[in-house]
Amino acid sequence: MKRAVCDIDAIDSRIINALQEGFPLSTRPYRDAATQFGIKEDELIARLARLKKEGAVTRFGPFYNADAMGGAFCLCAMEVPKDRFDTVAGIVNALPQVAHNYERDHRLNMWFVLATEAPEGIEAAAETIEAETGICVFRFPKLKEFFIGFKVAA
Amino acid sequence: MIIDETDRRIIEETQSGLPLVPEPYGHIAAALGLEESDVIERLSAMQARGVIRRIAVAPNHYALGMTANGMTVWDVQDDAAEQLGAKVGALDFVSHCYLRPRALPDWPYNLFAMVHGTTRTEVGEKREAIAALLGPACRAGTILYSTRILKKTGLRLARKGKH
Repeated sequence: MKRAVCDIDAIDSRIINALQEGFPLSTRPYRDAATQFGIKEDELIARLARLKKEGAVTRFGPFYNADAMGGAFCLCAMEVPKDRFDTVAGIVNALPQVAHNYERDHRLNMWFVLATEAPEGIEAAAETIEAETGICVFRFPKLKEFFIGFKVAA
Repeated sequence: MIIDETDRRIIEETQSGLPLVPEPYGHIAAALGLEESDVIERLSAMQARGVIRRIAVAPNHYALGMTANGMTVWDVQDDAAEQLGAKVGALDFVSHCYLRPRALPDWPYNLFAMVHGTTRTEVGEKREAIAALLGPACRAGTILYSTRILKKTGLRLARKGKH
């Protein structure tokens, strides 16, 4: 697990809260965004750099919709025997198509997302994992996505 | 929602993040041999078409103290699932909400909702709130906590010719 809490001040919080909504598409976007926080362009840039470095912000930039690019995502799960867990995790993680992978407290104890540019890549990657591990890969492709207004209050 | 070769180059250039320089779009344009106005127009057009969801910060839940994250899963009657899924997705503590196929008999759940909080107690209470919202159309549910992050790289668009 990552460390629990980052040291952020009130302005950092306002930046994180506000910039989850969006960022200007202008020649000097940091200058334009900085005014709402009462700071200068260079300070906003410095604060974003520090928040990224310290890990309070995972990423800053355009969020691309893989579906729109003709890509595909699929949530997958496996029931991995305890004594083989780390070996299987190594095999799964070695595939570049695996975007993230979590251990979870359930009989299906390994949950990962396959992300590929073409839909047929999902099936190929899942079959590769099954062949290399001998373990069934349950496929849970999304049938419908519900759009959300989730925000992290910093 | 087609992207052309130039859009693709812009995506490759920005998928790890926006440059932290005063003129980030100009910086991208210079790297790609484009005009800044082209980059801004194309990013704007991609946003309008839904190729880009938004240009924004992604906070790290863990680093900001939201260390309890549970995947709640629910077996919801098919005829009510879309309507109820939309209601669950609208809750402010749900970050992702999807309908997915069941895998019977191993997996009876069709509605997935990621719930975030500062403690498991808080996440548990939020799970109860979802259960109450779903009501009798929901036959069963459980929660899966992540016990370890094994890999987290996000989506990367492969460079052309290097699949």
